[in-house]
This record gives sequence, structure tokens and C-alpha cells, in this order.
Amino acid sequence: MSFKLSAAKKSTILATALAGCLSAGASFSAMALDSVHFLIPGGAGGGWDTTARGTGEALHKSGLVDTVSYENMSGGGGGKAIAHLIETAGQKQDTLMVNSTPIVIRSLSKVFPQSFRDLTPVAATIGDFGAFVVRDDSKYQSFNDVVADFRNNPRSVKIAGGSARGSMDHLVAAMAFKAAGGDPRRVKYVAYDAGGKAMAGLLSGEATVLSTGFSEALSLAEAGQVRILAMTGEQRSDAAPHVPTLRELGYDAAFVNWRGFFAAPGISNEQKAEFVETLRKMYDTPEWETVRARNGWAETFKPDAKFVAFLEEQEQSVGDLMRELGFLK
Amino acid sequence: MLDGIMTGLTTAVMPFNLLMVVVGCFAGTFIGMLPGLGPISAVALMIPITYGLDPSSGIILMAGVYYGAVFGGSTSSILINAPGCASTVVTAFDGYPLAQQKQAGKALALAAYSSFTGGTIGAIVLLFAAPALASVSLSFQSSDYFALMLLGLTAVAAFSGKGQVLKAMIMTIFGLMIATVGTDVMSGAPRFTFGSLDLIDGVSFLLLAMATFALAEVVMTVLKGQHKEEEPEMDMASLGSMKLSKDEVKEIAPTVARSSVFGFIIGVLPGAGATIASFLAYGLERNLASAKEKLKFGKGALRGLAAPESANNAASTGSFVPLLTLGIPGSGTTAIMLGALIAYGIQPGPRLFIDNPDVFWSVIISMYFGNLVLLILNLPLIPYISRLLVIPRPILIPLILFFSITGVYLVSFNTFDIHMMVIITVLAILLKLLNFPMAPMLLGFILGGIMENNLSRALTLSDGSFAFLWERPLTLAIVVITLLVLLVPLISPLISRAIGKRKTSYPGPEAAVTEGEG
Repeated sequence: MSFKLSAAKKSTILATALAGCLSAGASFSAMALDSVHFLIPGGAGGGWDTTARGTGEALHKSGLVDTVSYENMSGGGGGKAIAHLIETAGQKQDTLMVNSTPIVIRSLSKVFPQSFRDLTPVAATIGDFGAFVVRDDSKYQSFNDVVADFRNNPRSVKIAGGSARGSMDHLVAAMAFKAAGGDPRRVKYVAYDAGGKAMAGLLSGEATVLSTGFSEALSLAEAGQVRILAMTGEQRSDAAPHVPTLRELGYDAAFVNWRGFFAAPGISNEQKAEFVETLRKMYDTPEWETVRARNGWAETFKPDAKFVAFLEEQEQSVGDLMRELGFLK
Repeated sequence: MLDGIMTGLTTAVMPFNLLMVVVGCFAGTFIGMLPGLGPISAVALMIPITYGLDPSSGIILMAGVYYGAVFGGSTSSILINAPGCASTVVTAFDGYPLAQQKQAGKALALAAYSSFTGGTIGAIVLLFAAPALASVSLSFQSSDYFALMLLGLTAVAAFSGKGQVLKAMIMTIFGLMIATVGTDVMSGAPRFTFGSLDLIDGVSFLLLAMATFALAEVVMTVLKGQHKEEEPEMDMASLGSMKLSKDEVKEIAPTVARSSVFGFIIGVLPGAGATIASFLAYGLERNLASAKEKLKFGKGALRGLAAPESANNAASTGSFVPLLTLGIPGSGTTAIMLGALIAYGIQPGPRLFIDNPDVFWSVIISMYFGNLVLLILNLPLIPYISRLLVIPRPILIPLILFFSITGVYLVSFNTFDIHMMVIITVLAILLKLLNFPMAPMLLGFILGGIMENNLSRALTLSDGSFAFLWERPLTLAIVVITLLVLLVPLISPLISRAIGKRKTSYPGPEAAVTEGEG
């Protein structure tokens, strides 16, 4: 799961600069998409919803896409929308469905029968890491302290997370303790039904460590009630250079929670290339920068084949972990 | 702190921000009145508008929309039994019977006064104690929430008057059972989903309330053929007087005060919220009522309307405590507002009222104006809004059906929800014909889900030991109160009988309490 943000960005800038020069000539209208229809597998206000609407806003306002429309369709942890996109693929040439890491987890655990292979992966556009957070007055000064306690008595480390057992927050914690040589099945994971409630559980003192997304952890730490012990990126983040990665601390684990877009199965290669090109160009528009900054998103562009390879890799590593935890046979 | 409050005051009284309060309250009330469309939808609609505003104005607008929607939600609960939002479901329990007794005007006015008082008391407490209240938000752990929900369930013990207790209990258990459908948070396993994708997220509370109240009621009307008979009767008279008598005010005042404070505290807890507050306040009021008054609950008791209405508005004000002072959203609505604050580059937390005093205090101060605006906006509108009842039934009924179904659909965007609504409605009609009360089922459902989550969390934390029930003082205190509430009604007849034997002519426990309508 390696991705070098800065390098990727540089080549993106080059590519778009080139594309920009070319399109300034005759072929501009051929490069702009007429319409994109965003299919959102969840309700209003959620993470998928903001990603799709933010991306749509940037694409439309920057003139890359003429008309943008949205459709929310929740149910079955996203499975409803996937099934719908496959069933009506013939009429969904201009549709982009937003999704994220859970599509990998949920298709592994057979929440829905389909996987990303039944769709056309277009690109991962933004990403976030996992992070481990403790209360400001916690005895833990480093993630190493947590691991030491875990080795002595795994039940003494109570890890809160804002989603059910077997979903992302739990898997990230299990992954970290496994890399530290512990038994991931002995991780005491306390599930809350929302991230905010998990945070309340940490602050009220019933849980000792919170497993959450890095960007969320950053804003919580900024308010001064919690400290971030470690994050799951490959290298430190510019946004918080003092937070070490798990790798640096000697635990061979990394995890990225991506968000990206899928098109209907069986769309033409030209259509797919147009989607990819449009998203690629989006990164250099000021409109995208506005949306990105507003939401605190970190860019990670993995188009087409790179996206597929990444998904396969993630499916493999997450699947191994879930098997070990007993969620898969 | 005083400096901060002054900064906030000057920000809040800026003409533009006052305008935002009015716009927010108006939009919120209107969206809240539509059955099913509650604060979440209303606040989500405001997101694109707030991008262009500065932080204070944006949050003032969203806050206005939020409590405006909770305010407006009571209207459709009272008039057509279709809850405007989740936190006004309880309002329908006694509000709709009042409207049917041709006291719609009084019910709406009472709801407006109660909401106003709840919101204002909440805002006052917020102004004086917001930073200090953060510790209250964090004082509740999973075991305490479990005990609190247990206490809430005791409200059902006498839910539906004489002879109905058993039926009420059956329905509560039915509600608890429905709450177990969906993914179990602690194990991650789907339960009772019959392999269906659509049941994995469980049943939504609003859907259940809409189907069992609004839809079942409407279909029953059609079945009974009332839509033909009652037309000439439905006249201007249906509004009734909007005035409350002195005695009624006297009866209601303590209820409103109690429920406001109680609702505020529940709202401050991030694991509870306005809907839970309205249920608990209703239950509390029932438990406090005399035996004679208890029978009126569910049949148009003024106290049964005032309690949830004060509590839900106080609670939505209270939910700003964890949001602003800890950055913890207690509900979907406040989660959206947290997102908006962060998008402005403002991180709510213990330092917010130091770092951004203008935002922090102006939002709180704007709530006074907001509640005043809501009262001024709503009271004169009552005669017009209640004209809704004058609409001929053949037109009103399809309208209610339409709004109820679209309201639920617009939350989930899943057509399966519509099918499920129809099935539940049919089931509810059968149960209603057999005289099973619906309210206990909703109580069991809403409390049951939270109760189970917190119990399994508490058990995980304590490695499967039930010791948390007596080891944590707060949990123990709530458990003891629960036991008292359950046992006192069983023991008190014995005691009063013992007393009665001494004073031979005393008729029984009911007459011992002389509180009442006087």
C-alpha cells in the first residue's frame, strides 16, 4: 500500500498543465464532460454524501462538467446502490458512484454479494489514515506504552471505536496490535454507534484508547482534550509532523481509508478515460482547493489500473486479518 | 467570560444576524411541520447557504433551523397525528387526542408556550453554565446510560390505564424485539434480517412512528367511514379556544419547569438527545401524576402534552453543550453542525469560548431571540394552521399519506422503507382493532436499542461482570430509583390498607391524593 503523495502530485500537475495547454486549443469541448450523475449509497450529510457533492461542486464550478446531478440511495451498507448500478448499467453511462474502504470490508464479509470487480473502478480521489488517540491526561505517552500494557494484560487496554465490531476502526486496531506481536483476537474493542459517542466514551474515562480517522483525530487534538499517539500512514503527515507512524515505532502496519468513484460495469474504455481525465484535471482547479480545504481532505489520486491494484492489495490484507479475527472462514 | 458575553451580544444583535435568526426559525418551523421532515433534513438543506456566511451567522442560522424544526414538529403531531420529527412523536400521544376533542387551538398554544419555556430555560442555563456543563456531558458512562434507559422503561408500567397494563407490556416487549433487528454493534453480526440487505441498518424510529401513528390512524378513519360522516361537523369550531384557564396554567407550570430542566440535562448527555428526553419527561410526568390523573394520559392530558414539548426543546438547546464545549455531536443534526463549524476552520472544544468568543456566545444569545421569534411567529399562525383540519377529509387523507410516505423516504432514499411502512401499518391496524396501545411499542423501541448497546458495552468493559450495577455510584443511584418506581406502587396499597384499617372509613389509595384539577 505505498503511495508517494508528493511525486504523484508533481506528475499530476505536469499532466494537467499539458492537458490544459492542449485543451486551450481546439479540443476543449471534447474534453469537458456533458454530465455526471453521482450515485450516493447513503443519506444526506454523511461522508459519502459530502464527498460526492463536494467533488460535484468542484467539477461543475470549474467548468469541467456541464451538468451535475445527485441521487441518494441508502440501504444494506451501500449494497442497495451497488446492485442498482449493476442492474441498470445500460442506462448509467454517465454515473459515478462514490464509495470507500467499507466496500472492500463489506464484500469480504458478504454483507452484499458483489465486490469492486463487478463495477468499473475509476479512481480513488481522497484518503485518510487511522489514528490512535488518548485523553490528554492519559498515562500513555507513546504507542509503545500501550503495546507494553497490551502484552502484560490485553484486557486492560480498552479501545473505543465509532463503528461495529469487524468494521474499520476495529480492524485498524487489530492490525496495529498484530503487527506489535500480539494476538489480534484479544484486542478489547468497545463499539459505539457513532464517532462522537466513541469520543465521549474516551473522554468519560471508560475507554483508554480511541481508534478513529486521522483527520478527525487532528481536529479533536486541536481542541486540546486528546493527544494522537500514532497514525497509520506510510510517512508522517505535513498537517501534524509530530505524530509518528506505526512503521517508525517498529510496527509493520499501514492503512489508508480511501474514498473514490466507480462507474457502471461495461462502460467503454473511452468513457472511463474521460472520467479519469476529468478527475485528474480537477485537482488543479481553485474550486477543488476550496472544497478540499473546507473539508480537510488529503489528496491521494489513484486512477484506473493503479486503483484496481490497490483495491486487490487492500482486499488481500484486510481479508487475511478478518480471517484471523474469525470474521471470515 | 463577561467580555466574551459582551462580544457575543454585539455579534448577536447585528441586524444581519437577527435576520438569520428570523429566517432560520421560519424555515425550521415550516420544514419541521411537514410530517417526517425533521431537523436533520432542515439543517442539511441549510449547508450550501451557510458557506457564504461568516461563522457566527452560519451557526446562528443553523441553530435557528434546528430548534425551529423541533418547535414546528409538534404542529403536525397534534393536528394530524403524523409526527413532524422524531422528538415530537410523544407530543402526539396527548396532543392528537386533544385536537380530536376540538381543542386543537389550546393544544397548539400549549405546545408553543411549553416549547418557548423549555428553549428559554435551556438558553439561560447555557449562558450561565455552558463551560462548566462539559463535565456533566462526560459524567455518564455506558452503565449509567443503561440504568437510565431501564428507568425510562418503568414508565410503561402504568401506561395504558386499567386492564391495559398487560397489553402495554406486551407492546413494550414487541418494541424491544424490533429494536434488535439489524447489525449488532458489539459483534458486528446481522440479526433477524432474514438475509435481507435492507434490514441490515435496522428499522428507523421515524418510520415506525409514522406507520403506527399517522398511517394507521388515517387508514382507520377510512375503514370506519368517518370521512363521509364527519365532514359537516368539521367546522371553525374544531379550533376551540386558544386560551388556557388559570387553573390549567397552575396545573401546567410545575410540569413545564420540571420537564425543561430535566430535558436540558438529558440533552447535555451525548448518548441521549431530544427524542429520549421527550419520552423520559413524559414517563416522569406520568409517574409523578396522581392515580386519577394517570388515567388521563394518552387521552388528552395537558401535562402529557406540556412535558415532552418542554423537554424536547430544552434538550435540543442542551445538546449544544457537548457540541460547543467538547466537539462531540450527540445527534445526527449536531453532527452536521459540527461539520459546518470545522469547515469554517473553527474547532469546537474547551477553548472555543476563549478562542472564538463571538461565535460561542452569539449562538447562545441568539437562542433567546430565536425562542421569542418562534413564539411571536407561531401564536398568531395557530388559527390559520389549524384550519388544516377544516380541509375536507377526502383531500386531507391523501395529503397526509403523501407527506408521511415522502417524509420517510426522503430520509433514507430507500424504496424498501415504503414497503416496510405499509406492512407495519397493516400490522398496527390489526393490533389497534384488538385494543393494543402503540405508544409503549415506540417507548420499547427507542429505549431498547440504546439500552442494549450500552449494556453490551458495559459488559465488554467489565469483562462480562454485572458488578457495574452497584460499583458505580451513579449507576447504583439510578438503579435504586428504578426499583423504587417499580416497587412503590406495589407496596403503597398495602401500606395504605394498613392505615385504612386503622381509619375504617377511608375508601382507598386513590382518594388519598387530592392533587388534581381542583
